[in-house]
Amino acid sequence: MKPVNEMKMSFESRSCNESFARSSVAAFISVLDPNVEEISDIKTAVSEAVTNCIVHGYKNEIGKVYIHVKIFEGARIRISVKDKGCGIPDIKKAMEPLYTTCETGERAGLGFSIMESFMDNLKVRSKPGRGTSVTLEKSIVSKGK
Amino acid sequence: MPVEIDIDERNVTAYIFGEIDHHNAAGLRNEIDEAVENAYPEILVLDFGGVSFMDSSGIGLVMGRYKLMKSLSGKVIIQNAPKTIKKVMRMAGIEKLLSGESKKEGALV
Repeated sequence: MKPVNEMKMSFESRSCNESFARSSVAAFISVLDPNVEEISDIKTAVSEAVTNCIVHGYKNEIGKVYIHVKIFEGARIRISVKDKGCGIPDIKKAMEPLYTTCETGERAGLGFSIMESFMDNLKVRSKPGRGTSVTLEKSIVSKGK
Repeated sequence: MPVEIDIDERNVTAYIFGEIDHHNAAGLRNEIDEAVENAYPEILVLDFGGVSFMDSSGIGLVMGRYKLMKSLSGKVIIQNAPKTIKKVMRMAGIEKLLSGESKKEGALV
């Protein structure tokens, strides 16, 4: 299906770009007139996906993060967030609530759980050594209400 | 960092402002922990009234402070969290730390 509008961006995997990434996606979809909760859901999910690229994909080294947003007929949004980092050896394990590889105790292990519950659909594809791609889908139903 | 800290005899209250994500969580954590380690409060109040955005980094921040306060035999209360922030907290089951959510004002865990 052909999108009615789309946007691509890429940026360096610096943590200061997390805010830029989620705000840019939110600005792009604002033409669909989403309400506060929908905008917040999407910003939160994008923030989780981008943080995963930075913290896990590139392990705090600098690589590129790629975001591609498509808007389809009926205000359906598909957002893909990709890195060319280390990949996830066991996606099922990584997606378990509270699972984290962080040893400092300061990461909750809820990134995928939030993406899954705040969006309508979540797909994760990954190849160890090649990178990870997360696809998030949501329909904007509120028309600003 | 966008946090203002009030210290009285029993409590440390941290008023957090702006966005909580992976980028700025460490700075918030350091400022709050410094105040807690100096004051040894009975209760750490985290005020989310000025927070406009939070992802799971905020959950990590709360959970880490909860562990710290537990190690000092103290408690954590969350107050004034906006609706969208509460939704993220609910994912982690930490909304029980929210004051005014139960019938007792300032429900403690």
